[in-house]
Amino acid sequence: MQFRDHRVVGDILELAQRYRDQDADELVFYDITASPQGRSVDRSWIARVAQVLDIPFCVAGGIRSVAEAEAVLNAGAEKVSINSPALSDPGLIDQLASRFGSQCVVVGIDSQTTAEGWSVHQFTGDPDRSRDTRRDTLQWVSEVQQRGAGEIVLNCMASDGVRRGYDLTQLAAVRALCRVPLVASGGAGTPEHFAALFAAGCADAALAASVFHSGAIAIPDLKQFLKSQHIEVRL
Amino acid sequence: MDVVIIDSGGANLASLVYALQRLGAKAVVSDEAAVIRSAPRVLLPGVGSAGNAMARLRAKGLHEVIPQLTQPLLGICLGMQLLFDHSDEGEGPSDGGAGTPCLGIIAGQVTRMAASPQLPVPHMGWNQLSVQHDDPLLAGIGREAWFYFVHSYCAAPGAYTLAETVYGAPFTSICSQRNFRGVQFHPERSAGPGARLLANFLTLV
Repeated sequence: MQFRDHRVVGDILELAQRYRDQDADELVFYDITASPQGRSVDRSWIARVAQVLDIPFCVAGGIRSVAEAEAVLNAGAEKVSINSPALSDPGLIDQLASRFGSQCVVVGIDSQTTAEGWSVHQFTGDPDRSRDTRRDTLQWVSEVQQRGAGEIVLNCMASDGVRRGYDLTQLAAVRALCRVPLVASGGAGTPEHFAALFAAGCADAALAASVFHSGAIAIPDLKQFLKSQHIEVRL
Repeated sequence: MDVVIIDSGGANLASLVYALQRLGAKAVVSDEAAVIRSAPRVLLPGVGSAGNAMARLRAKGLHEVIPQLTQPLLGICLGMQLLFDHSDEGEGPSDGGAGTPCLGIIAGQVTRMAASPQLPVPHMGWNQLSVQHDDPLLAGIGREAWFYFVHSYCAAPGAYTLAETVYGAPFTSICSQRNFRGVQFHPERSAGPGARLLANFLTLV
């Protein structure tokens, strides 16, 4: 359970501006305890972030209805990401895609390696409520696309937080089923991990948190490194 | 007032409003014909589907007002696609339907992008432009600049194309016809180059 003991990472607005100035391509704001605690993401900061950010950003955390998603989008977010609520009510994906268009609807998947393959977990933000849904990850990837997801963020739980690299085996299996952009999450520890992900061609984008928050990897250095490895990046 | 943003329904006008605020511009959001007609410049944004947006414009009679405008107008993303004759979005041929008739300002069709494992759709991310014809909209913007795209439909390159971008096949990323211009990307979310493009638009008369 890699989500235990969240680090406090400072004021959200300051962090958003810092990453914008470092040429991050997109930001995702997760309120990972929202769903396990049965509440929606606190929205007061979203408009403040939207006022200063000139790059796309996505908001995730306990968005359980079209009305809640609409409030987040109206505050200035580009996309909403749903994870646990989509598992409780898969029809929410259809409703959001129909109302706002698939391009606004990201489905996050927390996937754990099992003896047979991979299975989807729910409420992973709270160690006491986190549970294995017994849904097969690959089947869920197919279903969320049919329902209208416009992007999938796959968080490989076994790799998450341990900084030993992305789970390329699992990502390749998911990529083969994916007709929408796939964002890899979980496991980035070094610039080489990002390069290996893109060289393998099994994700369209890489998401990382702790290595950036801690300063272990600076985004400008990472982008320069990727460019030197002949991977196309925005500089 | 520097510009009127046409309220074509859908969420997400906030990011455009904030981008204009950062430039110090005075923007008004409106769906009233008189306000739009008297604007020095007009922005036609759009998030959502062509069918919903056109229904919203028709309900306010704006499908007749917009093509008559003579001041500079910039369509953004779906707003650019609405400038064309027709979009396949909304029960298009692939769904066995006829798609959505649009504003008919630019002669051409908007079609669905083809998805493949190497080219997922929506096309989402940062891309560069291949500029075919220079334009005041691009003043001071380097040829290497990156812009942020999110779309599933596009217009093939044509006589109206100022810049194109390749995603599998080339498509129109900036178009123009008389006082009407359109950008397929989101300048309000395209960092410095996007801000410069919007600032350039605000100088057009």
